Amino acid sequence: MFVGRRGLAASSVSTALLVGAIVLILFVAPGGAAFRYYFFNFHDMRVAWDGHASQGISALSHSLFTNVWMFLVSEVLVLLFGLSFAWIRISHTPVLFPVRVLVTAYTDVFRGVPLLIVVYLVGDGVPALKLGFVSNQSPSIYGVVALTLTYSAYVSEVLRAGINSVPHGQLLAARSIGLSQSATMRHVVLPQAVRTVIPPLLNDFVSLQKDTALVSVLGVIEIANAGQISASTLFNGSGLVAAALFFLALTVPMTRLTDHLIERDRAKRLAGS
Amino acid sequence: MSDVVLALRDVVKRFGDNEVLRGVSLELHRHEVVCLIGASGSGKSTLLRCANMLEDIDEGSITLFGQSLEDRRVDPNLVRRHIALVFQSFNLFPHLSVLDNILLGPVYAMKRKRADVRDEAMALLERIGLASRAQEFPDRLSGGQQQRVAIVRSLAMRPSILLLDEVTSALDPTLVGEVLDLLRDLAASGTTMLIATHEMSFAKDVAHQVAYLEKGVLVEKGTPDEIFTHPTHDATRVFLERVR
Repeated sequence: MFVGRRGLAASSVSTALLVGAIVLILFVAPGGAAFRYYFFNFHDMRVAWDGHASQGISALSHSLFTNVWMFLVSEVLVLLFGLSFAWIRISHTPVLFPVRVLVTAYTDVFRGVPLLIVVYLVGDGVPALKLGFVSNQSPSIYGVVALTLTYSAYVSEVLRAGINSVPHGQLLAARSIGLSQSATMRHVVLPQAVRTVIPPLLNDFVSLQKDTALVSVLGVIEIANAGQISASTLFNGSGLVAAALFFLALTVPMTRLTDHLIERDRAKRLAGS
Repeated sequence: MSDVVLALRDVVKRFGDNEVLRGVSLELHRHEVVCLIGASGSGKSTLLRCANMLEDIDEGSITLFGQSLEDRRVDPNLVRRHIALVFQSFNLFPHLSVLDNILLGPVYAMKRKRADVRDEAMALLERIGLASRAQEFPDRLSGGQQQRVAIVRSLAMRPSILLLDEVTSALDPTLVGEVLDLLRDLAASGTTMLIATHEMSFAKDVAHQVAYLEKGVLVEKGTPDEIFTHPTHDATRVFLERVR
């Protein structure tokens, strides 16, 4: 936007130079050819994508659905729990005091412990409890639980910051026209809070989508694990790059779409009609 | 008197050790306009907030239409529908259009149908000459326009009493007039109002009664003529000379 002809020319040249430099490194480096063969071999990428039953290679095109359902379910749960926890932490009701302490402790712990360790603790720990139904779930379910536990802690803090950023006068105004506390939250505070925190929220969701790969340590064949299997079977890492491309194909459009929506909302607020 | 709509008796309000209201008594009658004057920090805003139940009082009592607000069964949300408060800083909702700002209360607090309230809201906007800006967002409006929308937003709840907290203090001097004109218009149509203000000539014009507050004490109350021309207390005289 607002890029004049000179600006356009300059940005095109600088982009071409940068991309050219990166590609050049892959070609002039002593191990360039080996690198390109190991990571960008389209034949092996294809084999990894389609899978090869007799060689024991799981198709990336199939295993990606494991990632998709895990992050979709986690994201919904994370939003629900994140919002509830944020709500509990900002409330001043004396009755909720012990819950507030608990939620604060929870946030501290799960933001501090590496997700990988939480995945192990839940995925290996819960089945070890031998609690019947609870201990008999598939590893991917435990993965979703671990992701939800960790990311709810992050997201609740992001939402809490957003809620606190809404000026106090907005609350007073809402209450003074007779809105109940929940109506104030729903129609006045949250719409403004969420607008403020969309970028960091998106950050956490992109991060969550990538972290579905960590659930592989429980033996779940999600896309990164399938890529790894293809790499060790074919002695070629192109399947891993294919998995990386999948994550990019997911997050880049989502980021662009969000940017577009934010920009549209801003333009709407400032435009005359 | 029978038509007292709002009565404060010996109201005390403290913030920690700071006693902001020290036994204030005040009555507001139907169709009456009372102006509260006094320096910043004299307790005008706190008094209005207490009447709107945004603050709890520590001693004394506040009665609205004969109902004590200290009664634990009283629902603050119901009280606020009858006694609306307009703020110095407008506090319009920036994420909602001008029209939606006005509809929010009637639709979500009074549970009225959006289509029913729409016409009323548009008529209110017509009254302040902003009907053509209904779909715009508050950021696009001048301070004076925003404050008029904020007043109309309160009126949409059809309150019995309108509380106004220094509604022109945050405005550019050139924009004060349009807001005061709206208040004059409301006073002329019989709206019951309790107005905290620094606009002395406006108070002189519009108020039926003027009350002077100093350091949380209601020093004296009377007609504009009594207060502005023949104040009985030295404190009032000193204050008026200072603001003149």
